[in-house]
Amino acid sequence: MEHYLSLFIASVFVENMALAFFLGICTFIAVSKKVSSAFGLGIAVIVVLVITVPVNNLILTYLLDEGALTWTGVSGAENIDLAFLGYLSYIGVIAAIVQILEMFLDKYVPALYNALGVFLPLITVNCAILGATLFMSERSYNFGESVVYGFGAGVGWALAITALAGIREKLKYSDVPGSLQGLGITFITVGLMSLGFMSFSGIQL
Amino acid sequence: MAEATPKGVLTTPIFNNNPIALQILGICSALAVTSSMSVSLVMTLAVIFVTAFSSMFISLIRNHIPSSIRIIVQMTIIASLVIVVDQILKAYAYEISKQLSVFVGLIITNCIVMGRAEGFAMSNTPGLSFLDGIGNGLGYGFILMVVSFIRELFGSGSVFGFTVLAPVQDGGWYVPNGLFLLPPSAFFIIGLIIWVLRTLNPEQIEENEFQMKENTQPKEAV
Repeated sequence: MEHYLSLFIASVFVENMALAFFLGICTFIAVSKKVSSAFGLGIAVIVVLVITVPVNNLILTYLLDEGALTWTGVSGAENIDLAFLGYLSYIGVIAAIVQILEMFLDKYVPALYNALGVFLPLITVNCAILGATLFMSERSYNFGESVVYGFGAGVGWALAITALAGIREKLKYSDVPGSLQGLGITFITVGLMSLGFMSFSGIQL
Repeated sequence: MAEATPKGVLTTPIFNNNPIALQILGICSALAVTSSMSVSLVMTLAVIFVTAFSSMFISLIRNHIPSSIRIIVQMTIIASLVIVVDQILKAYAYEISKQLSVFVGLIITNCIVMGRAEGFAMSNTPGLSFLDGIGNGLGYGFILMVVSFIRELFGSGSVFGFTVLAPVQDGGWYVPNGLFLLPPSAFFIIGLIIWVLRTLNPEQIEENEFQMKENTQPKEAV
């Protein structure tokens, strides 16, 4: 249990997806103009990460990894190593899950669909989702760890984008030098936030 | 870019319409690999390769892709090219591919590749799309090389691994600034590059949503 808690804290603060690994920065900058939409996107990212990372973990363990096909009982299957197909399968799984989630929410939870709907298609090409999956496979997490890691990575990302949106809402009333306006000052703000999050590094539970 | 000429599509993305500095595309992977120049050079070559060939292949079959599934088709082409790049790197440059870790895979979701496929290759001929891919890859690489040059020079006193500023721990005079090796510096450097580019091209400045009112009572404000 302690191990999972420590993993969760590490993935939220120490290894923050957006501020330490620069993942999902495109959407991070593009959708952080208003707190409400930033928060909506953050929640959508958490939901998608919690589902896709464990699913990709299962795909890796039971289909792609070296010797993963042994359970089929076919002779020679234990020598098959499909790990090179990883990228293609992960992105396919992510695209499919986002699509299914969109249809599911549209049918059964229309209120949530209206809130998250516009953000869901954006998420397929969000580097944070694929990044979390790739980190999961690189660090060979097991199923339980990947659930916790997916959730933690999502929470960290949502936290960062909501905080940035809060700062940017205030920032538009300030007198920024002309050519630094918009994108430029946003990058410098993110840099300062990233510096702030650096203070968490080394924290261990 | 009203008229797409071969020279135009190759050079505009580098300075005038840089994908990173202006269209906010592809920053995700750009920043994490820039702490050393040789790694970012490999990353640049990989991105140029993937952007150029994915644009060309997508443009070749653009008239046969049903528009409802085009995203998946583009993704598949891009992902296959990235697998090729990844396998080549693992075979011939294992050390660098270790350092790039997950970021080779993240070329798949690099918005530049998707953006050019969707925005340019779907409506242009294969030859032009290929050049457009190279141009945008170069624009991406330009920013990447500038950022990594600054970070490596000040962070560890070297360029491409060769010592330029002799660091103190080897008996030299330069005290390396560790901040330049940490993530925040990349954000600052990109922010400053955007500042410079926009000062040079004033028409790219974003409109402010609110206009500052003239200070009518200067004494009270002080």
